[in-house]
Amino acid sequence: MKTSLLPTIAHRLAILAYVIFALFPLYWLFKVSLTPNDLLYSEGVRMWPSRTTWEHYSFVLQHSAFPTFFKNSLIVSGSTAIIVTICASLSGYALSRFSFRAKYWIVGLMLLTQMFPLVMLVAPIFKILTPLGLTNSLTGLIVVYTAFNVPFATFLMQSFFDGIPKDLEEAAMIDGATKFTAFREIILPLTLPGIAATLGFVFTAAWSELLFALMLINGNNAATFPVGLLTFVSKFSVDFGQMMAAGVLALIPAALFFLLIQRYLVQGLTAGAVKG
Amino acid sequence: MASIDIQNVKKAYGHVQVLHDIDLQIKDGEFVVLVGPSGCGKSTLLRMIAGLEGVTGGEMRIDGKRVNELHPKDRDIAMVFQSYALYPHMNVAGNMSYSLKLRKTAKKKIAAAVASAASKLGLDPLLDRRPKALSGGQRQRVAMGRAIVRQPKAFLFDEPLSNLDARLREQMRAEIKKMHGDLKATSIYVTHDQIEAMTLADRIVAMHGGVVQQVGAPLELYDRPANLFVAGFIGSPGMNFLDATYANGNVTLKDGTVMALPAPLAVADGAKVTVGIRPEHVVMGGEGSGMAASVDLVEPTGFGIILHLSLHGLAFKVFTLDRAALSAGPSVHVSFPAQHLHVFDDKGDRCVAR
Repeated sequence: MKTSLLPTIAHRLAILAYVIFALFPLYWLFKVSLTPNDLLYSEGVRMWPSRTTWEHYSFVLQHSAFPTFFKNSLIVSGSTAIIVTICASLSGYALSRFSFRAKYWIVGLMLLTQMFPLVMLVAPIFKILTPLGLTNSLTGLIVVYTAFNVPFATFLMQSFFDGIPKDLEEAAMIDGATKFTAFREIILPLTLPGIAATLGFVFTAAWSELLFALMLINGNNAATFPVGLLTFVSKFSVDFGQMMAAGVLALIPAALFFLLIQRYLVQGLTAGAVKG
Repeated sequence: MASIDIQNVKKAYGHVQVLHDIDLQIKDGEFVVLVGPSGCGKSTLLRMIAGLEGVTGGEMRIDGKRVNELHPKDRDIAMVFQSYALYPHMNVAGNMSYSLKLRKTAKKKIAAAVASAASKLGLDPLLDRRPKALSGGQRQRVAMGRAIVRQPKAFLFDEPLSNLDARLREQMRAEIKKMHGDLKATSIYVTHDQIEAMTLADRIVAMHGGVVQQVGAPLELYDRPANLFVAGFIGSPGMNFLDATYANGNVTLKDGTVMALPAPLAVADGAKVTVGIRPEHVVMGGEGSGMAASVDLVEPTGFGIILHLSLHGLAFKVFTLDRAALSAGPSVHVSFPAQHLHVFDDKGDRCVAR
């Protein structure tokens, strides 16, 4: 078949335009992080500064509390992602496969939790966490993030489980597996793309969460990276160069994480399971 | 191998009863086919035997042991699914050996069992492949291999050939029959395809609306269907039915044609009955023999010819091997040999001789 050139070119151009649009802020972040402070305001708007420097990066890494923020964020986001994914796998499987009396109400309740603007909940949550000694602590953040992410992650996992034919676990049970063995050895390996997607989703959500981190944490010791970024804003000025350098550094783990799981995200693992 | 006893078994989902008092004794080594239209409960019954569905009432025994409450894994049965249900993340050998691994069989024994099953099914060169790299027929074979590696008490087949194309289905049908001849394994096979039922079964269980309609050897169901449902379901093209009244050993059709039956029936004179005759039993003759019918449609199948006739406004089919029928004129004459007539009473049950 002969494809005509014009629509193909138009198609590629449209994609290119979209990619540029999507990546431009990242480019700007990177550009500013390399611009020396004295050129930041003096050169006007330029696509690339006349002189570049890595000094913001070295400052951020050596003289700021950024490494602490980074470590805290990694702990909070990693733990949240893992805990949420384990809970969501189990509950998503239950919602997908079992019928039980309160199922309808539980699903309704989980939906309900997603309806409130988070700002409304800050005060009550603060009130609950204070006597428990969970304010100003990473554990407290992990608990809150887990609570907020489990419902959506459950629905996400449920849809992945729904996509796996029931015949497979029935076949496993007839082959001699218990329900849990069938879940562990047959269903879970096939849900890897779903697990990867859930991990990725929760990790990035926790990585970039600002509101609760800001409200529940004060002081640098337990601050996560989004809160830490605000320390670059001082009363009279904003250290744009350092802020952007920190931002670029903060992108690295998220990018690495997706690089690791992208294999599972794109892979159709169930291909060939049933039918022709 | 084992016998399977199904006594008074019922199944209900909430208030909807889908199986009514099923009674069935399956002997050791027997090949039983459950056949019926979709929604008749045949797959549900099979899944209950497998333990994938609970039993609402009655009792189910495998090898004399009550299994009503037993988990599928403890029933020691194997099942071939319509969708094959192969584990996509395991290769063919992994799929076939999974059940043995779960039973903690020694590695050497597993390898021997898989190798012997694979050679029986011609799967030796494919053992390292994943299911997605197999064709439909090969997947079907792997599903069978998974069932035979561990010599279970019984084989259950849930429409295993439905997803194959016609030629492959025919071939696999013969292979299943051959395998049953070799293994002599108790087998229960669910299908809606009456050819599969006729060719494979030692006994057929015809089901409709959650009720067993007739149990018997294939030819028994063909020759002496117990009721209108079985008469219409078994045989292709399906049996012709005509309304008639019975009197003194004769049936009278609506148009007044009187046909003598070989023996008087145990029904009252003047009772309304339904007369059935299979398309292949209708005799076509020349002018003056039997009833005149107009030809609506001629369907040559290659093997024979199906004529769609209309007899006094009633659609009617004839199957013949005589190619002269291809050039049949606008009307033909048909007659119904008395020994091939089936008579059913107004409830649809077969009328027995007095």
